[in-house]
Amino acid sequence: MHDKTVSELARDLAEGKVSSVELTRHFLNRIQQEDSRYNSFITLCEEQALADAEAADQLRARGEATPWTGIPFAHKDIFCTDGIRTTCGSRMLENFVPPYNATVTDNFRQAGAVCLGKTNMDEFAMGSSNESSYFGAVTNPWGENRVPGGSSGGSAAAVAARLVPAATATDTGGSIRQPAALCGITGLKPTYGRVSRYGMIAFASSLDQGGTMARTAEDNALMLNVMAGFDPKDSTSIDRPVPDYTASLNQPLQGLRIGLPKEYFSDQLDPAMAAQIQAAVKEYEKLGATVKDISLPNANLAIAAYYVIAPAEASANLSRFDGVRYGYRCDNPKDLMDLYTRTRAEGFGAEVKRRILVGSYALSAGYYDAYYRKAQQVRRLIQQDFINAFKEVDLIMSPTSPSPAFVRGEKTTDPVTMYLEDIFTIAVNLAGLPAMSVPAGFVNGLPVGLQIIGDYFAEARLLNAAHQFQQVTDWHLRSPV
Amino acid sequence: MQWDIVIGLEIHVQLATKSKIFSGSSTAFGAEPNTQASAVDLAMPGTLPVPNEQAFRDAVMFGLAVNAEIGRRSVFERKNYFYPDLPKGYQTTQLAEPIVGPGHVDIELADGSSKRIRIHHAHLEEDAGKSLHEDFHGMSGIDLNRAGTPLIEVVTEPDMRSAEEAVAFAKKLHSLVTSLGICDGDMSQGSMRFDVNISLRPKGQDAYGTRTETKNLNSFRFMEQAIHHEVERQMDILESGGTIIQETRLYNGDRNESRSMRSKEEANDYRYFPCPDLLPVVLDEDYIESVRQRMPELPDARRARFKAQYGLNDYDASLLSADTSLANLFESTASHGKDAKLAANWILGEFSARLNSEEKKVAEAPVSGEHLGALVLRIADNTLSSSGAKKVFEALWSGEGHSVDAIIDAQGLKQVSDTGALEQIVDDVLAGMADQIAQYREADEKKRKKLMGGFMGPLMKASKGQGNPKLFTEILQRKLEG
Repeated sequence: MHDKTVSELARDLAEGKVSSVELTRHFLNRIQQEDSRYNSFITLCEEQALADAEAADQLRARGEATPWTGIPFAHKDIFCTDGIRTTCGSRMLENFVPPYNATVTDNFRQAGAVCLGKTNMDEFAMGSSNESSYFGAVTNPWGENRVPGGSSGGSAAAVAARLVPAATATDTGGSIRQPAALCGITGLKPTYGRVSRYGMIAFASSLDQGGTMARTAEDNALMLNVMAGFDPKDSTSIDRPVPDYTASLNQPLQGLRIGLPKEYFSDQLDPAMAAQIQAAVKEYEKLGATVKDISLPNANLAIAAYYVIAPAEASANLSRFDGVRYGYRCDNPKDLMDLYTRTRAEGFGAEVKRRILVGSYALSAGYYDAYYRKAQQVRRLIQQDFINAFKEVDLIMSPTSPSPAFVRGEKTTDPVTMYLEDIFTIAVNLAGLPAMSVPAGFVNGLPVGLQIIGDYFAEARLLNAAHQFQQVTDWHLRSPV
Repeated sequence: MQWDIVIGLEIHVQLATKSKIFSGSSTAFGAEPNTQASAVDLAMPGTLPVPNEQAFRDAVMFGLAVNAEIGRRSVFERKNYFYPDLPKGYQTTQLAEPIVGPGHVDIELADGSSKRIRIHHAHLEEDAGKSLHEDFHGMSGIDLNRAGTPLIEVVTEPDMRSAEEAVAFAKKLHSLVTSLGICDGDMSQGSMRFDVNISLRPKGQDAYGTRTETKNLNSFRFMEQAIHHEVERQMDILESGGTIIQETRLYNGDRNESRSMRSKEEANDYRYFPCPDLLPVVLDEDYIESVRQRMPELPDARRARFKAQYGLNDYDASLLSADTSLANLFESTASHGKDAKLAANWILGEFSARLNSEEKKVAEAPVSGEHLGALVLRIADNTLSSSGAKKVFEALWSGEGHSVDAIIDAQGLKQVSDTGALEQIVDDVLAGMADQIAQYREADEKKRKKLMGGFMGPLMKASKGQGNPKLFTEILQRKLEG
């Protein structure tokens, strides 16, 4: 049962082959039995899940079911869930129970989906290996000592290990695509503004975007149907009609123009990785697409610009965690300054503190122009690179990550090595574009992800391209369990 | 040495919007602590700001009223600092691209001259909450009801040269924002708060001296006192060869003393940057024009109209036009009472004195323009003497009666103006006052005026207070001279 996709489970539910309560029990049991190996969940909400499943079954009995009614899934622990603790992977919010839902949480509740729990993640979504979580590292189901990627490592591992058929995730610099690649699943980061950020705990507001993780492109489309849309509670969300993302999945790819940025296929790329990506591109040619080399001349500046802008925004976004109103508070503060400094010193982990310091520095008097303003200028150049590229091609393809899942601890000593994990994904966030990672082969028994980047609001086209690829390949069906 | 005083003001104007600038919480004053603070106001994780359109409309209206350029594009920034009553750890405000650009306001001075004060800019921002340091046994209480209340911060150029000018500007601004209806103007509740930048320079010198900023003055009187106090403090330092330290100071109005809050060196680096949760706000010409169309009459225009329409003198017109509710009361009184000058006298005299002594606002007064108009009508047609009119006003104010005519009847205040009847009374009274009549006839012009009072008292007494004093005087004069 746990090998089935969301669309298959929806069919089984519709045909009465299984009830939502049975499905929910099955997946909850699996999590309880298996997750000690992966540590992909921070919080399980069994009671709520079973109650929701029962309600879903009743709804179905009344003939009021919709595609998501009774489908179990999980939320990354960055989405606020009313009455269920939401930690963002941090000691700071270890006991934080929000009195409100994120808009994404509300959307899934309204769709009748059954949330089984909250998945592990890098602390405040800062990391590319899920090693910065206060609740412990997550293990990649494809290798006992391998990282699942990050920051949505818990969601990716849970989907790969068949603990849930789908999970929400967020992507600020690659946090959906890179873990999806490393865990051999399919993930989509939508256009900035497509999915509401309300109730999604902010890391870098101008880059954060909620998105989807599942095993197939089709399931990603089903998820996006629920998540996408304008939200009056988020001033940066975009008021634009939401198409049915499943409607165009089967369109042929004849005439699709694919661009390969030469900057992303340099000599430094691991030849084994390059071979897998080229093989995937070949499949697209077989499906009728044309391929050309393109250039994103400022791509090499993306990491530097990102590591100014994202920490700068984070330094302000994380100021609210001060021990005054909610969250962690140090014991026996002797005065206000002591309350602030010890609460934040004890409540935040090393990577979060590093980024707050970097961001504060970049914004401080005398450095703003050299760092923050310059980074914003670079950001516009990078955006323009993509706008130019999309005049010539429909989709851009590249590897999602420079290498497959690495060994735990391998990159934690040097933050910059870790930051380079996102070398192919970060520019997409700076430009605000939608992009996916699709399973595209294996290197040394570890999954490789193909990144597909689309033009603004081209999610339907991305999903169509990914789905067509998955009709002729079976990488996404390979299971580590 | 002779010194020039240089003053610039920063004024926080609390906008009278129903809800907060970035959340739907109420802005009403005086609620139980923390009952008007939503998840957004508490800066709960993941919550986001949504701008209140009314605050923009109010700010644009203010900009138009001070002849300013309206920012076609305005950008909210984050001003970062830690304080327990600042829930997000940053204040959302505007810096590089404010909604209101350079403008100006003309003030009138006591000598009748007018002076132009330039406005550097005005920006929209959110207020912080309140820290309460009493009643918590060595701890502090935080009330976030005020957090997120919309403010316009108005920043002037250093154009004022005396406390008088600064106060005149502050009053003018108060009159403007209350007339626009964008601020309730209630200083005691912090609806307008003034920060005063003061520096001295030797007369004739162009360069400004080092300035200090005195923060959070919430009455015109405190502001005036604080300026005098700070000018003297700086003068003492400079004249004894010292130098002024650039610093922020707090003034204690009850003790008329100030203390340093922080020096420039201790000042925060606020690390401003554009708020990524809020998009730049772009206003087009149509929008600005639609706000202009809805602007109420401004005090200066109203003053000119009062002079032209009602024939008021400049002084009365100025007093009556500065405050919208007073101006409305005047117009209502004048329309019911027919005599605009008499209406003005009563509103600026008896009515205003009564308001002040009871510390009431115009809206809280128990008498309406209709009441006052009816009163004015009865004064103008000689039904009431001035003392009778005061009695009627008293009855109206205390709620003893609501109809002027009914009060006049009930209290027997109708003035006797029948000259035959009055002459009879004069004759009767004078018959018993031979000595006084002789004294009067011997006296010179000046002394005679004084002696008149000696006759009027008995006359009013004999007429039970109802004789028309003006007619009595005429008849009396004729008889005494004759």
